[in-house]
Amino acid sequence: MSEVIVVTSGKGGVGKTTTCANVGTGLAKLGKKVLLIDTDIGLRNLDVVMGLENRIVYNLVDVAEGKCRAKQAMIKDKRHPGLCLLPSAQTRDKSAVKPEQMVKLIEQLKNQFDYIILDCPAGIEQGFKNAIAGANRALVVTTPEVSAIRDADRIIGLLEANCFEKIDLVINRLRYDLVKRGDMMSSADVVDILSIPLIGIVPDDESVVISTNQGEPVVGNSTMAGEAYRNICHRVIGEEVPFIEFEKGFSFWTKVTGIFRKN
Amino acid sequence: MKLHRFFQKKSSGNIARDRLKILLISDRVNCSPEMMNMIKNDIAGVISRYMKIDEESMEVQITKKNNKGAARKSPFLYVNIPILDLSSAPHNKI
Repeated sequence: MSEVIVVTSGKGGVGKTTTCANVGTGLAKLGKKVLLIDTDIGLRNLDVVMGLENRIVYNLVDVAEGKCRAKQAMIKDKRHPGLCLLPSAQTRDKSAVKPEQMVKLIEQLKNQFDYIILDCPAGIEQGFKNAIAGANRALVVTTPEVSAIRDADRIIGLLEANCFEKIDLVINRLRYDLVKRGDMMSSADVVDILSIPLIGIVPDDESVVISTNQGEPVVGNSTMAGEAYRNICHRVIGEEVPFIEFEKGFSFWTKVTGIFRKN
Repeated sequence: MKLHRFFQKKSSGNIARDRLKILLISDRVNCSPEMMNMIKNDIAGVISRYMKIDEESMEVQITKKNNKGAARKSPFLYVNIPILDLSSAPHNKI
């Protein structure tokens, strides 16, 4: 049975698109058939994070308006068999698609994929409504900052009001050194405040920046973020994976990089 | 503010957590700071009829607490009113 997962956060810039790209790629690496849909109409980014920006012909709005078939708009990622991207339109706005059209589109594509992952725009307006319309499961992305957590809480309330079956939390950009010093909320604090199940902690890692620059998701690499995203993918498909303690490794690496910075 | 000085001894992570806990509960029950102020003023008005209180340092918060018998935490109104003088209530003098 296919699952439709929306990746959302409320606040912008917390890592929805990065999470989408990595979870989608990671699931494809686990042998699943995955479709990524970028619902951020007017501000499309998932294509560039995935490194597929040069292959766009048609987009989500074209499909919704019936200008092309869904199959024509979907871009197959050649690096990962089973992974497809349905890009968003760059020159339109959020009102170009209605929630009913999204539901219809997802219903139509559901039987071809194991997972459909929707990249939700920031905010709680039309774009958010479009993104959640066809989904039955959500990954809420937050960073351990007051503004992101407050927005995540609002989003969780809205998802609960829309009868979502499963809402899981991804804590992004956690800095273990700051947590240790007491200057950042710990993952336990964030889970306690938001009170939804935790599905993954992604440490603040420069490898994410590097991989985004290159257009190749970090998932599965032997970096901290790569491993964290791989574990999230295993948990998404229902496997139990222990949470890795990056604390030791991280403080070691900060020490090493610290030495170089001083020189 | 006393409260502020008290919190400054804490790490900034704990400050963030405690601020969020209070903020989110009022967000969730859709209770604006103005409404909290109105509740505060009304309570102060009623209590002042019986005793002299320090309205400046009075605290009104909605927090979450485990209720007896309930599995989930439920919100409750927490009011902290410092009493300046118990005997000097205006109506006692009359």
